[in-house]
Amino acid sequence: MDLVNDPALDAFRAEIRAFLRANLTDDIRRKVMEGGYLSREAHTRWHKVLQKQGWIAPAWPVEHGGCGWPLAKQYVFEQEFALAYAPRAVIFGVEMVGPLLIEYGSAAQKARYLPGILSGDEWWCQGFSEPGSGSDLASLACRAVRDGDHYMINGTKLWQTAATEADMMFGLFRTDSSGRKQQGITVLLVPMKSKGLSLRPITLLDGGQEVAQCFFDDVRVPVANRVGEENQGWGCAKFLLSIERLGIAEVARSSAMLNRLKGIVEQPDAHGRRLADDPEVANEIAEIEIDLMALEATEYCMLFDPAAGADLGAEASTLKLMGTQVQQRISAATMAAAGPYAQAMASGLDGDNASRIGPDFAEPATRGYFNLRKISIYGGSNEIQKNIVAKAVLGL
Amino acid sequence: MSLFRTDDQTQFAESLGRTLAGFGDGAQRRRVRATPAGFAEEHWRALADLGVLGLLVDEAHGGTGGTMADVAVVMDAIGRHLWAGPYLATGVLGALVLAEAAPALRDATLPDLVAGRHRLAFALVEPQARYDLADVTTRARRDGAGWRLDGAKALVAYGEAANTLIVPARTGGGHTEAAGIGVFLVPAKAAGIERRGYGTIDGLRACDVTFEGVKLGAEAAVGDPGGGFDLLDRVVDWGTAALLPEAVGAMTYLYETTLAYLKTRKQFGATLGSFQALQHRMVDVFTQVEFARSMAGVGRLALDAAAAERRREVSAAKLYVDRAARHVAQESIQLHGGMGMTDELDVGHYAKRLTMIGLTFGDRGYHMARYRAARAA
Repeated sequence: MDLVNDPALDAFRAEIRAFLRANLTDDIRRKVMEGGYLSREAHTRWHKVLQKQGWIAPAWPVEHGGCGWPLAKQYVFEQEFALAYAPRAVIFGVEMVGPLLIEYGSAAQKARYLPGILSGDEWWCQGFSEPGSGSDLASLACRAVRDGDHYMINGTKLWQTAATEADMMFGLFRTDSSGRKQQGITVLLVPMKSKGLSLRPITLLDGGQEVAQCFFDDVRVPVANRVGEENQGWGCAKFLLSIERLGIAEVARSSAMLNRLKGIVEQPDAHGRRLADDPEVANEIAEIEIDLMALEATEYCMLFDPAAGADLGAEASTLKLMGTQVQQRISAATMAAAGPYAQAMASGLDGDNASRIGPDFAEPATRGYFNLRKISIYGGSNEIQKNIVAKAVLGL
Repeated sequence: MSLFRTDDQTQFAESLGRTLAGFGDGAQRRRVRATPAGFAEEHWRALADLGVLGLLVDEAHGGTGGTMADVAVVMDAIGRHLWAGPYLATGVLGALVLAEAAPALRDATLPDLVAGRHRLAFALVEPQARYDLADVTTRARRDGAGWRLDGAKALVAYGEAANTLIVPARTGGGHTEAAGIGVFLVPAKAAGIERRGYGTIDGLRACDVTFEGVKLGAEAAVGDPGGGFDLLDRVVDWGTAALLPEAVGAMTYLYETTLAYLKTRKQFGATLGSFQALQHRMVDVFTQVEFARSMAGVGRLALDAAAAERRREVSAAKLYVDRAARHVAQESIQLHGGMGMTDELDVGHYAKRLTMIGLTFGDRGYHMARYRAARAA
């Protein structure tokens, strides 16, 4: 199945492959393949390589330092990066705050922040969720009160990915509680080193600390750090949801993970037996593969239908629903492929980790299985996605 | 070919939809289906007048030289309107097989096919074979310059209304060998042929056919009489790829009808559609229909690929669409409650058609094995 078979893109595909062969180092590639955490150091190293190539922001307009590529080119770019286990740029900068500032930011804000995103020298995190506001995001209560030419923030934000490494946060704050809950929300850019801002890293199921809770205690932020008008932040939040189009289904990343799983089950053991010959395993992999074909074809239809408008509608939520199921199913099958050794905490082994006697992929597979439970919860849980489709598409 | 409809195809779909809607409501169409022929001659002519029968026939033989994308438009409309008749075996499989038949037979038959004067039926099924295309016991023996046919085929859709039967028969090799199979075009009224008709669960018309010493001319064999398996395999893949948009059309009807029911039916003082549990189930139905629609497109595009890729992707598409169809059919009955169980409502009739499509040209077990074999090839 070759849905994008434009000969003009073949040369581009070849260029990306050659670039990745020459530049993607094995330590980074392996981390991505295993679904592990990439340190800021490793991320930045990769970012600088991409920056030199001019490939940091495929979707941004050229005048803001992006590639300005048409959708088909972005699609091929993402596909090739995923299949080679190359990391994508840290999404909060390039894919979220960048487009947000290009759309809503002042000239001064663009000049101040876009260069740091492109260079990778300034890291961002997102401040949306709160302890009392998960799926019901618009109920958020972390307050920002105007005080001269500053806002004073008090309250807390929860589930901030990469917060401990970030320099800046773009967050939604409550500036008015008198009307509808969506009406009193404002976007502020908050330096993470601000006085009164403290963090509590949260250990997750997989043992990692990719998220944190942020506490605001009289944190002062200049009014110049407000994006858009006061109380108009909900529009910004919806804008960010609407641009999460390319990659929401994670087709290419799933293809890469499935390729890896197929490689694992085709390896003969010491007695020449292969898991791939177990009909249960073979059927499960075949079914995942077919689900992924349907996901890819549907994503392609939604992105490239000439009869549809430029923006994906709410039906794109079905891509997230089905895409997360595929990813979680692959991770479960990969853990199962490791067998009993998937239980072992390899990093807890005394002495040299290289002396492990089980398969290398076992522990990352188990961690990946637990880590990926998050994808049907974050970015609007799958139940919220169904609510969106029911309301906006089905008219229920 | 592309996954997207052209403007012409969209217009074609609209006029087809109008024509099929003009055939009457569900009850009226069921009365037509219950007649001995199983369809109405004037409906067949109306479809022929729309150019439906000549889509896969080249212009030299009176057709329009279209593609399976055009056929998909027709099958989708047939599915939506639950129309039944000998279209698949005539306009799709018949056109495909005749294009490879002996030139004289081809040139004589194709223009009549396009005009609606010549119908074909696909005599594929032998009960012991289940879905195995290589399991063929009906025999064709050399008889002078021609052939002598003996055996039996079952579940031949619209076989009674056919002028010609497409019959895979064994000319050599063992019972389940791919080698030694030929594809024959058999005049339906030839001496020694007996047809016994019956209705199917989903309201279509079929018959069992027996062949006893049926004498055929040399021209009856399509292509190599001992090496016809690849043709047979290809024909069944085209048939499968054509059934998928029919299933999607039927699923689309069920989705729209069930959604409309949830918006109007009230219980506990509220419309059913106001309950979140039912909203989420309806979203699942919507999702299944949309994903099945793109997967039907994948199956169609695969027809142009090399054999291994074609087999792999057609089987993948059949597996996927069948699973979605089962889900949508079951949910549509469930969400309609007691009314979903009645013969009076169209819902059950669409559900039965979808379920029977799942039993045509290979079920889950068959296509899973075929998919894996093609992937390993």
